Amino acid sequence: MSILVDNDSRVVVQGITGGEGKFHTRQMVEYGTNVVAGAVPGKGGQEVDGIPVYDTVDRAAREENADTSVVFVPPAFAADALFEALDAPLDLVVAITEGIPQQDMSKVYRKLRETDTQLVGPNCPGVITPGQAKLGILPGNIFESGNVGLVSRSGTLTYQVVDNLTKRGIGQTTAVGIGGDPIIGTDFVDALEMFENDPDTKAIAMCGEIGGEDEEEAARYIGEYMDTPVAGFIAGRTAPPGKRMGHAGAIVSGGGGTGTAESKIDALNDAGVPVGDTPEEVVDHIEGFL
Amino acid sequence: MKLHEYQAKGVFADAGVPVPDSKLASTVDEAVDAAEDIGYPVAIKAQVQVGGRGKAGGIELVDNAEEAREAAENIIGMDLKGLHVDRVLVEAAVDFVNELYVGVTMDRNEGEPVAMVSTRGGVNIEEVAAEDPEAIEREHIDPAFGMQPYESRKAVYEAGVDREVAGDVASVLRTLFQLWDDSDATEIEVNPLMITADGDVVAADAVMNIDDDALFRHPDLAEMEDEAAEDDLEAKANEYGFDYVRLSGNVGIIGNGAGLVMTTLDLVDYYGGEPANFLDIGGGAKAERVTNALDMVFSDENVDAVVFNIFGGITRGDEVAKGINEALESFDEIPKKVVVRLAGTNAEEGMDILNTDLVTVEVTLEEAVQRAVEYAEEEAQ
Repeated sequence: MSILVDNDSRVVVQGITGGEGKFHTRQMVEYGTNVVAGAVPGKGGQEVDGIPVYDTVDRAAREENADTSVVFVPPAFAADALFEALDAPLDLVVAITEGIPQQDMSKVYRKLRETDTQLVGPNCPGVITPGQAKLGILPGNIFESGNVGLVSRSGTLTYQVVDNLTKRGIGQTTAVGIGGDPIIGTDFVDALEMFENDPDTKAIAMCGEIGGEDEEEAARYIGEYMDTPVAGFIAGRTAPPGKRMGHAGAIVSGGGGTGTAESKIDALNDAGVPVGDTPEEVVDHIEGFL
Repeated sequence: MKLHEYQAKGVFADAGVPVPDSKLASTVDEAVDAAEDIGYPVAIKAQVQVGGRGKAGGIELVDNAEEAREAAENIIGMDLKGLHVDRVLVEAAVDFVNELYVGVTMDRNEGEPVAMVSTRGGVNIEEVAAEDPEAIEREHIDPAFGMQPYESRKAVYEAGVDREVAGDVASVLRTLFQLWDDSDATEIEVNPLMITADGDVVAADAVMNIDDDALFRHPDLAEMEDEAAEDDLEAKANEYGFDYVRLSGNVGIIGNGAGLVMTTLDLVDYYGGEPANFLDIGGGAKAERVTNALDMVFSDENVDAVVFNIFGGITRGDEVAKGINEALESFDEIPKKVVVRLAGTNAEEGMDILNTDLVTVEVTLEEAVQRAVEYAEEEAQ
């Protein structure tokens, strides 16, 4: 078992003819992902590595029975691509694009609330179910199939923790990169709920970072509803207030205490979630759970 | 991008939000001339982007040329909470009877904008929010439709603003929302919005943050970016296209991916060192980007050692290693010790390729950070 993606997912890649789209489609196919179509306006009728390209997502979904999309469309056009994916409709949309204007995402988010589609991202590395399929840009070779779920706001930090897990012989059910933007589709609570309902996931690693209150909400959720043990990590303990640490969402507000690493670590500890000082310590906790 | 007060007030004035008469000055003589032109009393205000300027001595109210000269001498060139003051805004003082707070920001939990009004203006609004959240009236705005006039009225009446000025305050709020929408702002704030004895409303301060990711469609605002940069190194980072934040420590940090770079900073602190910066070089590690990143970190005179932490995902470790070698070989002399840690795809091959005459190679993140902290301590002595 797994969450979000598996062997049966039928994937359309939006932006498949661009440099990134083409490169990562090839990587996804090599990993075993069932990419059935591409969608690029004006490129209908072409093929990329034998994958048929359609002018619209709607057409790709109908012709090829696609239920999932991965979005590699550049930021200036990404909101349009997301509206199109939500309108198709699809079950799952994974938005890799980094740098989508916040006000564009605000409008997409409003539309999202009216649909049943699950959006992951934007500004995320994607989702992978090791041994089955990957959606996005995660390096497949560091993952190993197993029984630990992983959810993270950051790409390379995910890789770091996964690498530590795999090197200790601990495999993963699914890893979800939820993205580093202020407005995202799937948040920690959504991902944790899916893992809680997955019988194969025996423990969960959760990597948060400064900014927003998503981790605090996750802590409340874990305390109240979850049986599966969770270990946490919070990046940005040394970040000064008012400075954006790379991710648009990773910013501690000026004078107030919101969004700090301290408030997140306290909330998680209160919910019984141990928080590692280093990525290795997170893996120690996970090892202890299994 | 955060605009300076004088830049934000220029944008406000163009949009029709009333602001006091003002002039920007970068010398004492210019400041005195401006004060004479505007007429006393005037406020002389340091143009640096930090809260609590008044308390820190960055704002003075003056009544004549002599006082204006003294205040300008005090403020221009002063060090205000770590920032050097190059310019002051000389501004007509407003004789007010009341101070309000109005603002528009993104509520990231709800994914939609929120307009805020409070009668507790003139003080730190985040403290008000923490102590007495009820004192701030919040009205969420549907991003698909924008602010409706009734929403501005509702926010103002519910906040308890005096009836005599409520219409004008609501009108300011609508203008601010329009500005927020038109300029891809992430935050707009007027604190205080002053009410004069005659019942006029005046924006006595102005905060405006623009979404960096939307600057591509606002060339007029993007032009303000260089002037808005606070630090030479941060301006340089803009040029190179790096995410960079300067901090006060002596361990330089370069890495890929925001979360992993933040984690590297945290580990430097955890092992007893002090991070000098946050620098995310992004995906890949082509020689040119590595060279630019090293140039940035070496340009910071506080840096005593550097830790380079790259997790090669799709980018292979051997290619990253070649980039690092090439970059380091382009320096005649490497000014500070550099510790490199490579992980992920082809990391072993990469570590074999790295030129150990130029760098120290460590296998784990923890070891690399500890080594860099050690080098920095030795160098600092």
